[in-house]
Amino acid sequence: MKITRREFIKSQAAVVAAATAGVTLPVSITAVAAEGDEGVRWDKAPCRFCGTGCSVLVGVKDDKVVASQGDPDAPVNRGLNCIKGYFLPKIMYGKDRLIQPLLRKKNGRFAKDGDFEPVSWDEAFDVMAAKWKEAIAKDLKDNAGKPVDQLTSRVAMFGSGQWAVWEGYAASKLMKGGLRSNNLDPNARHCMASAVVAFIRAFGIDEPMGCYDDLEHADAFVLWGANMAEMHPILWSRLTDTRLTKPGCEVHVLSTFENRCFELADNPIVFTPHTDLVILNYIANHIIRNKAYNQAFIDRHVNFTKTPTDIGYGLRPEHPLERKAANAGKGKLTKIGFEEYAESVAPYTLDKAHEMSGVPKERLERLAKLYADPNKKIASYWTMGFNQHTRGVWVNGLLYNVHLLMGKLSEPGNSPFSLTGQPSACGTAREVGTFVHRLPADLVVKKPEHRAFSERVWQLPAGTINGKVGYHAVLMQRMLKDGKLNCYWQLCNNNMQAGPNINEEMYPGWRNPDNFITVSDPYPTVSAQAADLVLPTAMWVEKEGAYGNAERRTQFWREQVAAPGEAKSDLWQIMEFAKRFKAEEVWPQELVDKKPEYRGKTLYDILFANGTVDKFPYAGKILDDRGNAYQNHESAHFGYYVQKGLFEEYRRFNSAPDIPKKGHEMAPFDTYHKVRGQRWPVIDGKETLWRFRGGYDPHVAGDQTTVDFYGNPDGRANIIFAPYEPPAESPDQEYDLWLCTGRVLEHWHSGSMTRRVPELYRAVPDAVLFMHKKDARKRKLRDGQLAKITTPRGELTARVETRGRNRPPEGLVFIPWFDASRLVNKLILDATDPLSKQTDYKKNICKVVKV
Amino acid sequence: MADPTAIKMQGITRRRVLGDVLKTACGVGLFGLGLGLYSSRASSLPAYAIRPPGAIPEDAFNGACIRCGLCVRDCPYDILYLGRVGEDIPTGTPYFIARQGACEMCEDIPCVVACPTNALDHVLTDINAARMGLAVLVDQESCIAFQGLRCEVCYQVCPIKDQAITLDRQHNERSGKHALFIPVVHSEHCTGCGKCEQACILEEAAIKILPHHLAKGELGRHYRLGWEQQAQSGGPLVSPDPEHQYHLPPGMEYDHAGEGLIRESGAATPFSDNPLDVLNQQGPP
Repeated sequence: MKITRREFIKSQAAVVAAATAGVTLPVSITAVAAEGDEGVRWDKAPCRFCGTGCSVLVGVKDDKVVASQGDPDAPVNRGLNCIKGYFLPKIMYGKDRLIQPLLRKKNGRFAKDGDFEPVSWDEAFDVMAAKWKEAIAKDLKDNAGKPVDQLTSRVAMFGSGQWAVWEGYAASKLMKGGLRSNNLDPNARHCMASAVVAFIRAFGIDEPMGCYDDLEHADAFVLWGANMAEMHPILWSRLTDTRLTKPGCEVHVLSTFENRCFELADNPIVFTPHTDLVILNYIANHIIRNKAYNQAFIDRHVNFTKTPTDIGYGLRPEHPLERKAANAGKGKLTKIGFEEYAESVAPYTLDKAHEMSGVPKERLERLAKLYADPNKKIASYWTMGFNQHTRGVWVNGLLYNVHLLMGKLSEPGNSPFSLTGQPSACGTAREVGTFVHRLPADLVVKKPEHRAFSERVWQLPAGTINGKVGYHAVLMQRMLKDGKLNCYWQLCNNNMQAGPNINEEMYPGWRNPDNFITVSDPYPTVSAQAADLVLPTAMWVEKEGAYGNAERRTQFWREQVAAPGEAKSDLWQIMEFAKRFKAEEVWPQELVDKKPEYRGKTLYDILFANGTVDKFPYAGKILDDRGNAYQNHESAHFGYYVQKGLFEEYRRFNSAPDIPKKGHEMAPFDTYHKVRGQRWPVIDGKETLWRFRGGYDPHVAGDQTTVDFYGNPDGRANIIFAPYEPPAESPDQEYDLWLCTGRVLEHWHSGSMTRRVPELYRAVPDAVLFMHKKDARKRKLRDGQLAKITTPRGELTARVETRGRNRPPEGLVFIPWFDASRLVNKLILDATDPLSKQTDYKKNICKVVKV
Repeated sequence: MADPTAIKMQGITRRRVLGDVLKTACGVGLFGLGLGLYSSRASSLPAYAIRPPGAIPEDAFNGACIRCGLCVRDCPYDILYLGRVGEDIPTGTPYFIARQGACEMCEDIPCVVACPTNALDHVLTDINAARMGLAVLVDQESCIAFQGLRCEVCYQVCPIKDQAITLDRQHNERSGKHALFIPVVHSEHCTGCGKCEQACILEEAAIKILPHHLAKGELGRHYRLGWEQQAQSGGPLVSPDPEHQYHLPPGMEYDHAGEGLIRESGAATPFSDNPLDVLNQQGPP
């Protein structure tokens, strides 16, 4: 890239001025000033952070990321970034990067109570594999003679919606295809599991029907528990722009406290926690009473059903709340008629909705009328407010009910849209099968025909894949504590900070002497501190990767720089670890006998050097279309183009002619290195913007008036009635406040990356307790003073903020969880949605006193 | 260009500075001439040095401040320094540098309470009324908000939230489908605490606290902003128009002062129910 004379003079002036003032300019600017852009290699990559999927250009010189810019040619962000994206190059260069494996040792040997000492990768994997083999030997004994859908496992892997696509795929393959354990779950369990279950229940297929273009096509936006202004910053700027430039556009914001989205709200709605269930049933009732529903759409495309009620709170079975529940964990739908559905929502009148939610009637009515207006195109968005909810699946479904009654979906502007929190919650966590119940491309372990198909693709003996759903994220922690799970490998996330009820249900299991805990991370996180073995990890552009964002867009990037020291990508770690296991060590005799050629082979040989994954040669470097060369450490190590092989094998699940579930088709590997992502299904080189509608979706024959919810066998979507049921706990005399947790714009999740960027740390150094001024006064607390927050699980202190970005109503306090010096999640009950197993981080009880 | 980071404060503890300055102050007491010299030179402070809340106007301040250091001692956040010999700041007088440590705006304002002479005016009891300086977005070229990036850190950290700094939402002409969120400082609310300058994520802050006399412009004395004056007086200064009438096709309305041409509310199409309304219309359609 040429630099203009004017720009040159400007940057030269900056250098002089800076030198005079004794300021050091960032490397990027000095590099440019010294020699233009010469020597800086630019290439594209998706942002490392949220589910928006902005593209950035990464500038590399001397094997270091020295510069970055928003990618002006990316349709999502058109050159823009949020403040986290602005600092992407700095996240890799924290001074305390982990550069070698660290093992707890005493007297030269592994000891659970030892101190961390550097070890070689060989020693690390030797010790780890020995522990895993010990556990698997017990499994083989326990499982002897059991049918394939009743196998238990003592080993587990906890992965991530921040994994690259092939990392998740390789993990799924190793755990499910190799080790026969379905104990593989991602941190996405904490993030969008409720949305997933609701997609499957309503539409029979995962992920949104719409796309980000709805942000320009909609006439009105409704946010249901999504603080888009901070959590999806670039999408928020698109929504804001539509609100500014489109006549008649309106924005309705619902939350349990005022957040930054309320700045734009035409109809601001702060409701009593959990009463979103009531408000949505009221809207459905309003639509039915006023006969505003789309009769033709309902007749042709909708089934009416109901879901079992009194389903408990996903706690341990012996918990009083679970014992009391009549249908704990049940979710099988029963078909009902329109009349029964109408009767079911009839009690949810405006009066009742107002009374229970505390929202003024005129605001509720305005919202209901908006949905009921056939001429208004509505995009509804939600994130953690809906998903981290002990009735999260229900509440997701109740919103679909409203859109389905009106036929407002699967077309430009009409879009119920689940925003995902992580860069590849869709692309990795969901699409390649890293959940305890899933296999790649929407297949599930419970269905024998799905297992059989997977075994064929993976060239495994029939009956290899375990048919029993594994331990989900929260259950893994309980099982570790109870000693039923003994080996746990966590990669690409920080669950000891992110998971619920840390002190009671997590930490004890990690430090249980029977268990061996491995954590792979670029930095010494809280999780790493609590582990036995810490593996140093290559991050973001230190490896070749792929992410899938919230609008089904798959985006690739090449390895830009080498990882520091001995840090290795999660992909390398997973594949290399597979070399430690021989088939006969992990499979029973009768299974090995079905494929005797696998005897003596390692899981690496069976799963990766299998003729398909190792099919594509690696010529020592990766070239782009401009002739730039890139390294690829995994391919160099294993001797073939690893990422391409894995992706092309994965395409056997979503794009081959004989696949059990259509609708997830993807383009060939090489395509994605040339494009700023494509939205699946991609068929004949064309991507899909709106699913389930003729003209837009290649799977639907007919024109735009044709709708086919082909995820379900009858082509219809399910309206699912669910009533209001109370949250697991509500404020009482002792714990008199609601405690809600969440995030801030400046920090990513647990802060392990963003808190190492000095500017972001300076911008938001500590988690503060957002509370209403009156609640603070009552407790003799003033801004900036230390308060102690106590829940039945634990306590912590934080400074009080009554005038900040979040303005809770009286009776509710909010605290973000990014701050590792305040482990907010030790305060949180491990109550989950019984269907999705996702924790409710939004509705705990607490008391606050002055310190 | 004066750069606050160039001031050599590193490695000197606050206590030592205080000690040094007290010694200096005694010394200066013996050499009154020296003090006069420094005071006159610094009747206008360097722009980076900000007086604590409640400081009376600079000339009077230098007379009133007895260089006792009590405000520095009582600042719970350790942000205040005392001017040292050789600096452009009157020796022994308190100041802070926003980029290094902004005023935390304690509700009980301990620095003012500590001041024995009213150099920090005890009339100030509401910290929101303090006017230490004024935040100015001095460099719109480097502020990334003006490019459409979602930063807003200055807005987020501002303790007079949504008043001292607001975000002006504008259409982003370049991207065509995003909004700009432009920080705008409002002098009637900004206390000059410096939180925004401290937190600005740029290498050099684009928003800086300046003394009011450097930061503020002034509208021509003859000119009033019509809409503001109308809001103040509660009505138009000149009688409003009688109702306007327009030639309009059926189903249309025209709002003189507001939206202009609008479709009649409730009508699903621009056409009248009666076809004769159209057929009998005068002139070409």
